[in-house]
Amino acid sequence: MKIVVCVKQVPDTWSEKKLDPTTKTLDRDSVDGVMNELDEYAVEEALKIAEATSGEVTVLSMGPAQSTETIRKALSMGADAGIHILDDGLAGSDAIATSLAISKVLEGRGADLIIFGSESTDARMSVIPAMVAERLGVAQLTFANKVEAPGDGSVKIHRLTDYGYDVVEASTPAVISVVEKINEPRYPSFKGIMAAKKKPVETITLADAGIEAATVGLGAAWSEVAEFAAAPARAAGTIVTDEGNGGVKIADYLSEQKFI
Amino acid sequence: MAEILVLVDHVDGSVKKTALELLTLARSLGEPSAVFVGGGIDSAAATLAEYGAVNIYVADDAALTGHVVAPKAELLAQLVAEKSPAAVLITSSAEGKEIAGRLAVKAGSGVITDAVAVSADLVATQSIFGGSTIVQSKVTTGTPVITVRPNSTAPEAAPAAGARSDVSVALSPVATAAKIVDRVEEAKGARPELSEAAVVVSGGRGVGGPEGFEVIEKLADSLGAAVGASRAATDAGWYPHQYQVGQTGKTVSPQLYIANGISGAIQHRAGMQTSKTIIVVNKDPEAPIFELADYGVVGDLFEVVPQLTDEIGKRKA
Repeated sequence: MKIVVCVKQVPDTWSEKKLDPTTKTLDRDSVDGVMNELDEYAVEEALKIAEATSGEVTVLSMGPAQSTETIRKALSMGADAGIHILDDGLAGSDAIATSLAISKVLEGRGADLIIFGSESTDARMSVIPAMVAERLGVAQLTFANKVEAPGDGSVKIHRLTDYGYDVVEASTPAVISVVEKINEPRYPSFKGIMAAKKKPVETITLADAGIEAATVGLGAAWSEVAEFAAAPARAAGTIVTDEGNGGVKIADYLSEQKFI
Repeated sequence: MAEILVLVDHVDGSVKKTALELLTLARSLGEPSAVFVGGGIDSAAATLAEYGAVNIYVADDAALTGHVVAPKAELLAQLVAEKSPAAVLITSSAEGKEIAGRLAVKAGSGVITDAVAVSADLVATQSIFGGSTIVQSKVTTGTPVITVRPNSTAPEAAPAAGARSDVSVALSPVATAAKIVDRVEEAKGARPELSEAAVVVSGGRGVGGPEGFEVIEKLADSLGAAVGASRAATDAGWYPHQYQVGQTGKTVSPQLYIANGISGAIQHRAGMQTSKTIIVVNKDPEAPIFELADYGVVGDLFEVVPQLTDEIGKRKA
């Protein structure tokens, strides 16, 4: 089975994220990048399926030059090869353009499964897997906390819902997104880290992928940030120390605010 | 007035509060038309009309609800093409955002997710980076597709005609590629859905173990609230993972959020910072969560919380 796992390099959760005043997009230079946490589960799931079906895993990432760190991490976990969609013209792409570029690169590569994490921790839109499924015209199996892909062309997942889960079936090719806790992502071993250095990473530009420059990047975005500002600080609240009546005091406050 | 399409959240015709919120918001943008997918319109129609639906488009076809996301996006794309609405509003749930994403690609429209407000000129307000930054965004191409977070608008009745018409859609083979073969409901009792609840009571590391969550649940039940948990608590296995509030869990924006024994790491704040009123109980006066508190008590949650639960019971009696 041919599996492509899509990963994104994002700012570390603990770093302070800022918008660039000119482009009004995330200032990626001022923060440390890491592999999007939820993508670690996607890589692990891809590796598990590949191991059980004698498949191969290609890791794909779109992003600036430093995204190679995240691609190398997936390779050191065990992925076989990498694809890096790298072009200055992609900077500032919205979800519409991002899904377009990823889909264009995936077309014709014959992937049976395309696996994503269920959201990125920076943009948090959670729409790219659905958009890529739409563009590729393949089944959408998203928000999975269980995946069965035995390699016979069938794939079945448990899709998390508000009430529990749906059991969903489809034929490959399919787009999958996985949620946190579906598995326990492995740590790269020393051997894995050394081996990753020799694994092939293909760099693809807009021209290579046949993507028109006018369809991606900040200028092509179908939505725009008109303005932004730091959130107003919350007015300082009342903090009291419990002297045996803390619960009553909160109840008083809730009564004042008409919650009870 | 321009038509605004609202995708209705419901369970077998029982209309969810989020749908009433969207109808209320839609009235400030134009003329709301409810899009009702699935069975149960006879029990839903009166409520939709009461909250301002001028038209109700009904698509009751098992193929629409028996497959993942794509059929609903196709239906909405067809309605966008036929009705040329000024905007499409969808609840910002996991599925709602996916429907919006596919609809945007199909309709050639820009999409904005997780709006907490939408102005009359269709500028959406979003709270990003864990609530540290507020942005105003606008769709510049196509029919704006906007998903709106639960609890962003207070539902208000404003009766309208609620004229019903049936809509049929010829689904493409792609739309039915992912078939739902079983729905499994997990017992969650009578508590409201976490991401939509008006009140959320949550517990963190300070709860100390699974048995400690009984105290949290009792307080939640006294307020008709949903229960949430911090990542520390779910990672430790004290409470099920689906109740995790935070960056990799659910984002909540209730009227009232009560954080018990939660320190307030950025991971957690990212999921609850836009709550309207925040109450904090924590024994560590230095806990960063106190920075968000409208009212905070420095103390042992096992003393403060049961006292609060009793007091609420007395005052409601």
